[in-house]
Amino acid sequence: MMAMADIRGTLPAPARIAAGGPTTLRAGFIPLVDASILIAAAEFGFAQREGLTLDLVRDVSWANVRDRLAFRQFDIAHMLSPMPVASMLGLGSNPSPTITPFSLGRGGNAITLSARLFARMQEATGLSETASALDNARALATLLGVMREAGELPPTFGMTYPFSSHNYEFRYWLAAGGIDPDRDVKMVVVPPPLTSDALAAGAIDGFCVGAPWNMVASERGVGRIVAAKQDIWPSAPEKVIGLRPDWAQSHPDTVSRLIVALDAAARWCDRPENHDALAEILADSRYINAPVHIIRHVLSGEFSLDARGNRRVIDKYFVFHEGHANYPRPSKALWIYSQMIRWGQAGFSDAGARAAASAYRPDLYRAALPSSAMPQDEDVRIEGLSETDRFMDGFVFDPAHLKAYAEAFPVRSRLAQDRGVEDV
Amino acid sequence: MSHLDLTILVIDENAVRAAIIEEGLHEAGHRHVTIVHEVMGIARLIETLAPDVIIIDIENPNRDMMEHLFQLTRSVSRPIAMFVDRSDTAAIEAAVDAGVSAYVVDGLKKERVKPILDMAVSRFNAFSRLQRELADARSALEERKIIERAKGILMKMRGLSEDQAFTLLRQTAMNEKKKMSEIAQSVVTAAGLLM
Repeated sequence: MMAMADIRGTLPAPARIAAGGPTTLRAGFIPLVDASILIAAAEFGFAQREGLTLDLVRDVSWANVRDRLAFRQFDIAHMLSPMPVASMLGLGSNPSPTITPFSLGRGGNAITLSARLFARMQEATGLSETASALDNARALATLLGVMREAGELPPTFGMTYPFSSHNYEFRYWLAAGGIDPDRDVKMVVVPPPLTSDALAAGAIDGFCVGAPWNMVASERGVGRIVAAKQDIWPSAPEKVIGLRPDWAQSHPDTVSRLIVALDAAARWCDRPENHDALAEILADSRYINAPVHIIRHVLSGEFSLDARGNRRVIDKYFVFHEGHANYPRPSKALWIYSQMIRWGQAGFSDAGARAAASAYRPDLYRAALPSSAMPQDEDVRIEGLSETDRFMDGFVFDPAHLKAYAEAFPVRSRLAQDRGVEDV
Repeated sequence: MSHLDLTILVIDENAVRAAIIEEGLHEAGHRHVTIVHEVMGIARLIETLAPDVIIIDIENPNRDMMEHLFQLTRSVSRPIAMFVDRSDTAAIEAAVDAGVSAYVVDGLKKERVKPILDMAVSRFNAFSRLQRELADARSALEERKIIERAKGILMKMRGLSEDQAFTLLRQTAMNEKKKMSEIAQSVVTAAGLLM
């Protein structure tokens, strides 16, 4: 119980006994490093301190997580940030109202191409080992031109779910390099734990997925990491905690306790001195079931780009709390909506924008935590303005002009271009 | 059109369970049933088959791939996850517990779909029962083997007859309130240490 001793110093408040409301919460999760906050809250006493027991249930697909939350098998769930937005917009095959009061941090995603494809990019363009994410995307565009002329089939790229940060980040990176993800390549869904094997077997030529699966592929020598989320947009929303709005409304006290527990767990996860203990737990077969040294490297952002020893250290690759990473900012939900419009998943309407923004609930976050923990800027802010938070193509997202933003991208879905304005 | 005219696609990596479901659907009179064991090439199959109902094992990680597929083909028809009638929570719980997930084409009446899903749920459960029984039978066999070995050890080391060795094991198990196989296991372990 070394873990309890660790937090005692930072959390002097005694354990609270929940007043009414459920105290045992069934929480669904997918084995990924970005489930850390949830796992740490359950394993290191943060939930217990708030009088809550988190019953963590590992699941195999995002569709299952969504359905089990909707069908009340889960009270809360580790979800992709676009999932509540899609649900509120009525997209997908089981759109049941879902909100998030808490983001599970930033970071963890990367794009990996097969070692073979990367070697061909180097051959075709003289691309250096230390090229930027944008240079890598442009080199891929050049190679795709060569392949097309030679009559070769376009490469197949894997991502995790149609409404995922991975889908939008992969597409953002491809499009920034001038590649049309719907025309120039083939996008398929591959479950995260299978990505490395699928790459090794040649079933896919690249993928965008969360940690630790990029590093698993690069250390095996089958893949080359060509972009990290930090390169695409550092504060792009990643995973969130999803809830049913009716459940949140009926149990406000439980929701507040949950947020307090997650907040404490997130602060704990951010501290490097806790990373050994965190990596140890995450590596366990109940959770991620991956080598502990890989998870340790992931937590410190030490990247093996390939198996030949090319390394890159990404500062703040995983941010669990710092910089208001847990704040469920509605402008992030609106950015997700802009990408859904860009790629033809949704049409634009004012009602759609309202529905998308309503998936992110800063009011619940504010109700649970002291004002000192709150960001000082607007809930709906212009994204990509700050020097340290640029989009890789230099675009700036002003939610007030969402439709114009989505339409201004030189590469976007032709479906979206035909679609124009419509109700969702 | 009766519910028997519906086109049903069953995706199950477990060939035995798939066969059990297929049999159940045929017994119920369904004529348009397709069974696949892997998701390779599933996109084309769904396009040509245009199933009204898709039944897929809930533990199949490829459900996310299906979700992507429905996004691409949604202009044709919109498949709804699980159930037409969401208020029927008991039925949904039974399905999830059994490990069944399903997609149903939007607009299909629940009376037409429910018998199919009920059948899938009961067959999934029957299959789990079968697996449990098989596992029980296997462990019973293991237990018998270990008791035989313990008996042999006692006969050799203490010069007992087979009946006496058996009685000794049973009596010891009763005295210690343990299973005979547990006592037998201790005998085998102890013998391994001593010899």
